[in-house]
Amino acid sequence: MRYWFPYPLLSLSLLALWLLINQSLSTGHILLGSTLGISWAWIMVNLQPDKTRLHKFRRIAVLTGHVAIDVVRSNLTVMRVILRSGSRPVNSGFVAIDLSLRDDNALALLACILTATPGTAWLEFDRQTGVLTIHVLDLENGARWSELIKRRYEAPLKEIFE
Amino acid sequence: MSHLTDLPVWAAIPVCLLLLGGSAITLVGSIGLIRLKTFYGRLHAPTLSSSAGTILICLASMIAFAVLQNRWIFHEVLIVLFVILTTPVTLMLLGQSALYRDRIEGSTDVPRKTTGPEPDLSAIDI
Repeated sequence: MRYWFPYPLLSLSLLALWLLINQSLSTGHILLGSTLGISWAWIMVNLQPDKTRLHKFRRIAVLTGHVAIDVVRSNLTVMRVILRSGSRPVNSGFVAIDLSLRDDNALALLACILTATPGTAWLEFDRQTGVLTIHVLDLENGARWSELIKRRYEAPLKEIFE
Repeated sequence: MSHLTDLPVWAAIPVCLLLLGGSAITLVGSIGLIRLKTFYGRLHAPTLSSSAGTILICLASMIAFAVLQNRWIFHEVLIVLFVILTTPVTLMLLGQSALYRDRIEGSTDVPRKTTGPEPDLSAIDI
């Protein structure tokens, strides 16, 4: 089974992508999309990406909810900072976070989350020490940010991917 | 071909609000590019338009064309998805190159590299 369908999740997402782009649920498109999804998964085998298995699908839903809330909240915060930056100096700075997350796909997802929430920018991740450097626009307390990211994102990502 | 004037009022109001909201947020992001003083601060400004701006404008487009064409439309979700997936690449590239240059210039404002060899200054010609 694994031999014929090396990346089932990727094939399914490609099928969903195909159907969304064509805006149709006809049999022809489902057949064509499945063929493309399976054959592109075969191409992926040659690229040898890190294989990860997802666990705990309930945690994924919780994490998605947290990210959605944080995106809204941080958008409002950054807008406030920018609009007030004329009168109030912006207090930004770097935060170093000691991550224990090592899975490549989980790290990529963490980068997407940190970038999608304005106010935090991913700068550098050191693979040897596992230290992630981010830049925070509205920094009050560096240790609090480090704690927040570890608890809110890293812990669930660790549970989902590892 | 459908025309926007066919849009009923009950749909036009949320579509307008979402569009105006999305463009206002994008505008604030662009103002931020001018107002924020440091390069790293400026990294944050465009993410406003790539997250909230894109989401609101795509939502407006989804509602408008779903009402106009009388069917469910979801493919704008893909725009949001791909924008969110691809912005980290650009931002990381910009951030890392800025960090690298600042370290080479010996700036004290940026954190030192945690481990590994210091960048070789002799081989680089800036």
